[in-house]
Amino acid sequence: MTTTLHPLDVSAIRKDFSLLSRDFHGKPVVYLDSAVSGQMPLVAIERMAKYEREEHTNVHRGVSTLSQEATDFYEAAREKVRKFIGAGSIKEIVWTRGTTEAINLVAQTYGRMHVKEGDEILLSAMEHHANIVPWQMLAQEKGATIKVIPMTDAGELILGSLDELLTARTKIVGVVHVSNVLGTVNPVKEIIAKAHAKGVPVLVDGAQAVPHLHVDVKDLDADFYAFSGHKLSGPTGIGVLYGKLAHLEAMPPWHGGGNMIRSVSWEKTTYIPAPGKFEAGTPPIAAAIGLGAAIDYLNNLGLDRIAAHEHELLVYATEKLSAIPGLRILGQAKEKASVISFVVEGIHPHDMGSLLDGEGVVVRAGHHCAQPVMARFNVPATTRASFAYFNTREDVDVLVSAVLKAIELFK
Amino acid sequence: MSNPRELYQQVILEHNKKPRNFGKLESCTHHAEGHNPLCGDQLELSLIIENGQVQDIKFTGSGCAIDTASASLMTGAVKGKPVAEAEAMAEQFRGMVRGDLEPGAQTPLLGKLTLFSGVKDLPSRVKCAVLPWATLHAALKGEEEASTE
Ligand SMILES: Cc1ncc(COP(=O)(O)O)c(C=O)c1O
Repeated sequence: MTTTLHPLDVSAIRKDFSLLSRDFHGKPVVYLDSAVSGQMPLVAIERMAKYEREEHTNVHRGVSTLSQEATDFYEAAREKVRKFIGAGSIKEIVWTRGTTEAINLVAQTYGRMHVKEGDEILLSAMEHHANIVPWQMLAQEKGATIKVIPMTDAGELILGSLDELLTARTKIVGVVHVSNVLGTVNPVKEIIAKAHAKGVPVLVDGAQAVPHLHVDVKDLDADFYAFSGHKLSGPTGIGVLYGKLAHLEAMPPWHGGGNMIRSVSWEKTTYIPAPGKFEAGTPPIAAAIGLGAAIDYLNNLGLDRIAAHEHELLVYATEKLSAIPGLRILGQAKEKASVISFVVEGIHPHDMGSLLDGEGVVVRAGHHCAQPVMARFNVPATTRASFAYFNTREDVDVLVSAVLKAIELFK
Repeated sequence: MSNPRELYQQVILEHNKKPRNFGKLESCTHHAEGHNPLCGDQLELSLIIENGQVQDIKFTGSGCAIDTASASLMTGAVKGKPVAEAEAMAEQFRGMVRGDLEPGAQTPLLGKLTLFSGVKDLPSRVKCAVLPWATLHAALKGEEEASTE
């Protein structure tokens, strides 16, 4: 027997987001930009404010009740993240500033250790700049090369190419779980299995995946998994690097300073074990606690229900937008998250973005920090709408009529 | 902030659809390329300057409507003008759309180019309007490239 999911009570959920009752240019705001940053529910904002108001101090410092309490909250948030992504141990959860910093951390520690002259780093054709540039910097430093897993016109990675692209020189694979431009959900489990069969570890950029999918890093067998708090209904300034403990233990520290050491003398400094050795200095404590609260909020709504709701919006919006003459959707993968990038003949995406803005519709227009994806599809930029659990069919209708209005104006 | 829609007036839409002076001058004396990294707008200007005057000017490239219309109107406005006047117009135009003219300052050289004054309320689009002028400035100075960064 299949159990049907109880749908989300979206009108109740919308009350948790003050932004949704604002207006721009006299039009009620329609926020279709969660792929840029997810809105934070009030409970998470209030949890952070409570920390700053009543509990503010530093963590891992001294014996005061206050400091112990903050440390407990901060570490409890780490445990929430562990559980949320199915990691085996909190030692595998490293706080970072975001996805970008997490990937740089891996490139600068694991990468520097393992990548040598003539080696290869294998990335997919649909990476965000965050999973390209750190590797290019490393490749340049080491004299290594970057290779690229190609994709089809529909925006699906060509897995058949892996047998050839994974060579004895490949030292690491970097792949995005969900494309921020195309919405494609990549079969990362399969990619990881293929890479592991050749002894190559895999870093997954999960920035756009965690808000939409049940991620289980153990089931995926990912070596590294990176994401940002702010895309997950949490605050900016906090992110996560998951790493298999064996990797993290073998990696050298990255930033040096307080909090990451066991003992320091002029002769020799020793470090605490992972994850602490990667967390030099005072961390963003309120942000970590806020992310923990955001995860609780999402768990309460239910990830399956969120996914079902967003999928319905994706299908509805795809149908409505596809019916508009001259509009082309980039990314037609079979497995897609609720992200739709489109271009309209004769209207530059920035003009579309400005005109949608004039209707209160917040979308992203630009290259989405994925210029190689723009080049692959031969467009300078796209307009992108992304849908979250608080969006409605009416939001889609407003988007569609705003697009039609722009087309009318440009006629 | 004003509604972005107000910027898309008929003149701008019309110049976007049918840009004037579109193309490339084969025997140009001055030339520059401009890029707006934010939008991916690209513009190429070629000019013939003789006796200190802009004898002819053409542009090619691909960009948003604001950029294309700005280039179209600019080429029309500077053609036949002395180089010094074209430079002065560039100065006034940039001041107008960046909103950093002195209060009460006039832009007598701009004529109908004041259509673009609304851009100053849309900071994310200022660079689109300015790109042709920045490229003109580069070409007149003998530089090959201009960027709005
Ligand atoms: C797929 C992907 N990777 C990485 C990033 C970078 O995230 P952050 O800027 O939070 O480090 C983003 C966010 O734009 C993204 O969408």
